[in-house]
Amino acid sequence: MKIVACIKRVPTTEAQAKVGGDGKSLDPAGWQYMASFYDELAVEAAIQAKEKHGGDVTVLTIGTSDAAKEVREFLARGADNGVILKDAEASGRDPRWTAKALAAKVQAIGADVVFTGRVATDRDNAAVGPMLATYLGWACVTEVVALEIGGGKVTAKRETEHGVETVECNLPAVITCNKGLNEPRRASLKGIMAVKTKTIAEEAPVDSGAQAVVVSVELPPARKAGRIVGEGVAGVTALVDALKNEAKIL
Amino acid sequence: MSTILVFVEQSHGVARRASLECISAARATGMPIAAVVAGDGADKAAASLGKYGATKVVALTGAARWSADAVARDVAAVAKELGAKAFLAAATTTGKDVAPRVAALLDSTLLSDCTGLRADGGALAATRPWLAGKAIATLRSTAPVFCATTRPNVFPASESGGSAEIVTRAASSDGKANVTAVAEKSGGKLDVKEAPIVVSGGRGLRGPEHFHLIEELAAAFGSAATGASRAVVDAGWRPHGEQVGQTGKTVSPQLYVAVGISGAIQHLAGMRTSKIIVAINKDADAPIFKIADYGLVGDAFEILPALTKAVAAARKG
Ligand SMILES: Cc1cc2nc3c(=O)[nH]c(=O)nc-3n(C[C@H](O)[C@H](O)[C@H](O)COP(=O)(O)OP(=O)(O)OC[C@H]3O[C@@H](n4cnc5c(N)ncnc54)[C@H](O)[C@@H]3O)c2cc1C
Ligand SMILES: Nc1ncnc2c1ncn2[C@@H]1O[C@H](COP(=O)(O)O)[C@@H](O)[C@H]1O
Repeated sequence: MKIVACIKRVPTTEAQAKVGGDGKSLDPAGWQYMASFYDELAVEAAIQAKEKHGGDVTVLTIGTSDAAKEVREFLARGADNGVILKDAEASGRDPRWTAKALAAKVQAIGADVVFTGRVATDRDNAAVGPMLATYLGWACVTEVVALEIGGGKVTAKRETEHGVETVECNLPAVITCNKGLNEPRRASLKGIMAVKTKTIAEEAPVDSGAQAVVVSVELPPARKAGRIVGEGVAGVTALVDALKNEAKIL
Repeated sequence: MSTILVFVEQSHGVARRASLECISAARATGMPIAAVVAGDGADKAAASLGKYGATKVVALTGAARWSADAVARDVAAVAKELGAKAFLAAATTTGKDVAPRVAALLDSTLLSDCTGLRADGGALAATRPWLAGKAIATLRSTAPVFCATTRPNVFPASESGGSAEIVTRAASSDGKANVTAVAEKSGGKLDVKEAPIVVSGGRGLRGPEHFHLIEELAAAFGSAATGASRAVVDAGWRPHGEQVGQTGKTVSPQLYVAVGISGAIQHLAGMRTSKIIVAINKDADAPIFKIADYGLVGDAFEILPALTKAVAAARKG
C-alpha cells in the first residue's frame, strides 16, 4: 500500500502573536516550530497502516527546507520517504492552493490512502483534507477517532454534535485525524541512526494562484480588567450577584 | 442581485441554531438569501427558515444514508444553478465536513470559522482567528464564489419576518463515504462549541470521581455544557470531545466558568472570546485570573456545592 502523511510546520502553541510591520502578517521573531499537533497523529496512523498492510509511507509537506527537521523526526519513527514541496509562503497559503498542490503530488506518488491532520494549528482552516479529497475525486472521512482499514475498505468513527458516527468508504481515501485516534510513538535509536543516510526530496509545488487576500491583521481586543469578587464560600453570593445584576446572565 | 447560499443543518426536522446564526449573518451582506437543507426531516426544517431571512429554500430529501460528499455535490449543484456568488455554512463538525468540499467543487477557497462578515465595496470581507484567536485577520476572497464558515455562538440568530419559497428535490445517494451508524448522544447533552454556557474543570478537581461537581453546576445553569482542560483529558478523566483550547475546541459562550484550571496559553486560546469568564482557583496568582471578569479564590471542593445551590436559587427566584 502506498501511504502518504501530510504535515505542516507551524509555530509551537506557546507562540505569542505580534503583528508584523506590514499590518498584514504576524511577526515570527522568537517563535519555535513543530509539526502541527494533529499531523503527529496522521504520521502515526500512516506508520500503523504500513505495519499492518505493508507498503511505504511518504511524509509530504509544503514549506521551506527548515521543515526537514520535522520530516526527519517522522522518518526516524518509521516513515520511509520525505518530500518537501518548497514554498516560502506555505504558512499563509489558502486551503485551496494547498489542497491543489498536495493533490498533484499525491497523484504522482500513486497513493492509496492519505492521512492529514484535522486542522493545522497556525491558520486553523480545517479544510485542506476534505478539499484535497474532492480535487482527487476520492472518499474522505474527517475528524476520525477510530479507524480500521482492510480489504480495500475503510471503517472509521468520528465524533459529531449529535453523537458518534460510523462512516464506511473504499480506498483510495483521505483520512483527517483527530485527537484520540492514536498515541504517536517516539523515534527509536535505530530509526534515528538510519535517518542519517536518508535524503529528503525537494520539489516545486504546483501554483494554482492565491484566492485569499489578507486585508489586515490585528490582535484581539484586550479583555477589560476583571476583578476578584471574593474568597472561598463567602464569595459565592458576590459572584452570583455579579452574574445576575451586572452580567445579566442568571 | 446575486444570491448568497447557506447550508443549513437540521436534526429530526429542527434547524440547528448555528445554522440560523449563519442565515442571520448572511443578512449583513445585503444579498438575497437562499438556503439548502439536507437529510431526514429536511422538508420540515425548510419551513422554519423563511422567518430568518431566506427567500428560497431547497430541501434535499430521500437519501438512504448521510454522505458528506454526496450532500456537497448536491449543494454545489444548487449553488451553480442559482448562480450564487457566496456560500456559507456553520463551522460545526458537520459544516466543516461539508463546506470545504462544496468550496472545492466550486474551485473556490474557503475562509473558515469566521467571526465577522461584511459587505466591502461590492465584495465581501470576513474576519477570522489565526493561531487559535491569538490574532484576528480580515480577508477578502478573489474566488469565483466567496465561501466561508461562521463560528457558532458569535452571530446572533434573529428573526426578520418573511417567508420562503420551498423546493423539495431528491438527494443524491451515490456517496463515496457513507454514515452507516450513529450512536446518538444520550439525554440531549449540549456540545461545548454550541452551548451558551460552559463549565470546565481542570486538574484542580483531582480526579474523575469529582467531576459530578462540574456537571451539577452546569445542570444548575440550565443549558450548559461541560468542558475540560487538556491535562484532564490526557489523564483520561474526561472525553476528548470536551477539551477546550488550541488543540481542542474553541468556544465563545455567553459564560465560561473555569474551575481548577490554571490558564495556560493553549487553554486561553480556546476560550478567551467568551463573553463573560468566571475563574475559580485556589491560587490567587493563577494566570486564568488575568482574563477572568469575575474571580473567586478558594477551594473548588467547598465553593462548587455552594455555588450550585446559589445559582439554582437565583434562577428560581
Ligand atoms: C502542543 C500543546 C497543546 C496544548 N493544547 C491544550 C489545549 O487545547 N487545552 C488545554 O487546556 N491545554 C492544552 N495544553 C496544555 C497546557 O499547556 C496545560 O498543561 C493545561 O491546560 C493545564 O491544565 P490544568 O489547568 O487543568 O492543570 P494545571 O496547570 O495543573 O492547573 C491546575 C489548577 O488547579 C488549581 N487547583 C488545585 N487544587 C484546587 C482546588 N482544590 N480548588 C481550586 N483550584 C485548585 C491550581 O491552583 C492550578 O491553577 C497544550 C500543551 C501543549 C504543549
Ligand atoms: N503546507 C502544508 N503541507 C502539508 N500538509 C498540509 C499543509 N497545510 C495543511 N496540510 C495538511 O492539511 C491538514 C489541515 O490543514 P488546514 O486545513 O490548513 O487546517 C494539516 O493537518 C496537514 O495534514
